[in-house]
Amino acid sequence: MKYTNITLLLILPALLFSQAPSAQEIIKRVDKNILSDSKIVVSKMIIHGRRGQRTVEAKSWQRNIDQSFTEYLAPAREKGTKMLKLGDKLWTYSPATDRIILISGHMLRQSVMGSDLSYEDMMEDPFLQNMYEAKIAGSDTVSDRPVWILDLKAKIKEIAYDARKIWVDQERFIILKENLYAKSGTLLKQITLGEVMQVEGRWIPKTALYKDALKEGTGTELIIDSISFNENIPDTIFSKASLRK
Amino acid sequence: MIKFLLKGLMRDRSRSLFPVLTVFIGVFLAVFFYSFMNGVLEDMVRSTAHYQTGHLRIMTQAYAKEANQNPNDLAFIGVAKLLDVLNEKYPELIWTPRIKFGGLLDIPDEEGETKTQGPVSGMALDLFSSSSVEVRLLKVKEAIMRGRMPKEAGEILIADEFAKKLQVSPGDTATLISSTMYGSMAMTNYKIAGTVQFGVSAMDRGTIFADISDIQVALDMPDTAGEILGFFPDDIYHEKQAPMVAAAFNQEFKDSDNPFSPQMGTLPEESGLTDYLGLIDSMSIIIIVIFVLAMSIVLWNAGLMGSLRRYGEIGVRMAIGEARGHIYKTLILESVSIGIFGSVLGTLAGVAVSYLMQMYGLNFGFLFKNSALMISSVYRAQVTVGSFVIGFAPGIISTVLGTAIAGIGIYKRQTSQLFKELEV
Repeated sequence: MKYTNITLLLILPALLFSQAPSAQEIIKRVDKNILSDSKIVVSKMIIHGRRGQRTVEAKSWQRNIDQSFTEYLAPAREKGTKMLKLGDKLWTYSPATDRIILISGHMLRQSVMGSDLSYEDMMEDPFLQNMYEAKIAGSDTVSDRPVWILDLKAKIKEIAYDARKIWVDQERFIILKENLYAKSGTLLKQITLGEVMQVEGRWIPKTALYKDALKEGTGTELIIDSISFNENIPDTIFSKASLRK
Repeated sequence: MIKFLLKGLMRDRSRSLFPVLTVFIGVFLAVFFYSFMNGVLEDMVRSTAHYQTGHLRIMTQAYAKEANQNPNDLAFIGVAKLLDVLNEKYPELIWTPRIKFGGLLDIPDEEGETKTQGPVSGMALDLFSSSSVEVRLLKVKEAIMRGRMPKEAGEILIADEFAKKLQVSPGDTATLISSTMYGSMAMTNYKIAGTVQFGVSAMDRGTIFADISDIQVALDMPDTAGEILGFFPDDIYHEKQAPMVAAAFNQEFKDSDNPFSPQMGTLPEESGLTDYLGLIDSMSIIIIVIFVLAMSIVLWNAGLMGSLRRYGEIGVRMAIGEARGHIYKTLILESVSIGIFGSVLGTLAGVAVSYLMQMYGLNFGFLFKNSALMISSVYRAQVTVGSFVIGFAPGIISTVLGTAIAGIGIYKRQTSQLFKELEV
């Protein structure tokens, strides 16, 4: 009996590990959770700056992974500002100047509306399996939820973050915490999920805190007010003409 | 006796020409280098004051910590009130607010879409008021290459080199894409009124200049400025008065617990030029010492050669009873005459060349292509009272020192050997 217990104790971790999905399977499930033909999101960003906070509201239309159109709704200074992403190009329109400007080069690294998110963040392919090789680094608990910890290393060259460490909910396959690193190993950003919600069978973040590790301040809260998947979005939305409408 | 010695010197060129030439060259170089270094260092201080720090600079404590990044989110709010206080408390200085900013300048095509664009650094200052100290100090009107000064809101000046790169001319429209002080994207259309060239590579590469009221609107900075600069009316940094003003201001307004309270710094503190300013003070001494040493060695050698050549003459003078001390004294007097003559010639030539260099300057722009230093790429000398005086010290001291060392040999000659020597 004694020997049986010891043997069980020795083989238990191996048994558990054999039941856990592989790293690639985990990120595939994470991607599947957010994958949709299209979605419409109404969100707000609460930006905590060094001189107080302000709230920016926006509505986004997204199709596949490479088409997105965002219109800012508030505050008054930003109202009517629009952004269009088509493939690897990003344009912005400001009603004050009636100009459509291509955001490129070092501008892509700039902050979006003073938040802790950059234009590069908006431009990135959201699907981890397209960009990273993954390996399981361990398991832990985040917000009382059991998680797998995965180390991701970029498998393509042109990428904003060379490495990521993600904490994935073992049941819901949603990333609860994420650290983003530069090639040098420097921590660039931290994303921590607050509330999560289930919409059309998917677990998605309701609130998240983005923190640029290189900036002072307490970060930017992203709050999703509403989200709907697989909506029929007209083609005209994803055109430069819609920026001036 | 001096007249006798001078006649001797003029008749015997070998005794005067080489030493005079040596003194001339040495003094010329000393005067020129002194004036050149004076000009370069003075110019560096002046450029730094005009383009960067003023003679005194006020920023919030938080802004000051990251001043090189122009963190406008930490700028000082309440500029009008503070300017009133400054003008009342320190009327001996001229106070003027500035905003420095960065971003992208985008040039539209006929359809309003991007034709060209480039990263830009900007300086917002008082361009519109008729009594603007900024326009006078920065010589903005003189820097205009094409077009004219901005006259109304929405007009900017752009560096000429940058304008050529972006293929824009006066009258064209450019859109500035930057960030408001709260971090939002700021896009503003401007009309290019003119192009400018300041001779400062860091600015001529990619800078725009706008009136501060325009930029306060564009960057959502009402009654706000990144910095308030103070200038002494004579445009000279007063090293005793400035720290006193700064100390008095900080005593009254700086609050260590409030990162947004203002703090004042002096030009050396703000620019890190403390060591350079110290160098200006000790420069004349350094130059004199170097040239005295170098020329003394050359003239000592010349004196030795002269003594050898005049071996017979000195022997005869000793043989007919002239005292060694008297011979030594006459040689020293000769060297003083040569020193004065060579110094006058060298000073005149040095001042003349320095003056030409002051007028026209030398363009070292190719050395500053990628420089971020706010210093002029045209180097100019500066002729001062010191330029007329500085050459005389090395000119006279070195000839006397050289002759004095070479003349020691006179005391070593034995009178008993003289006739034997003279027979040879």
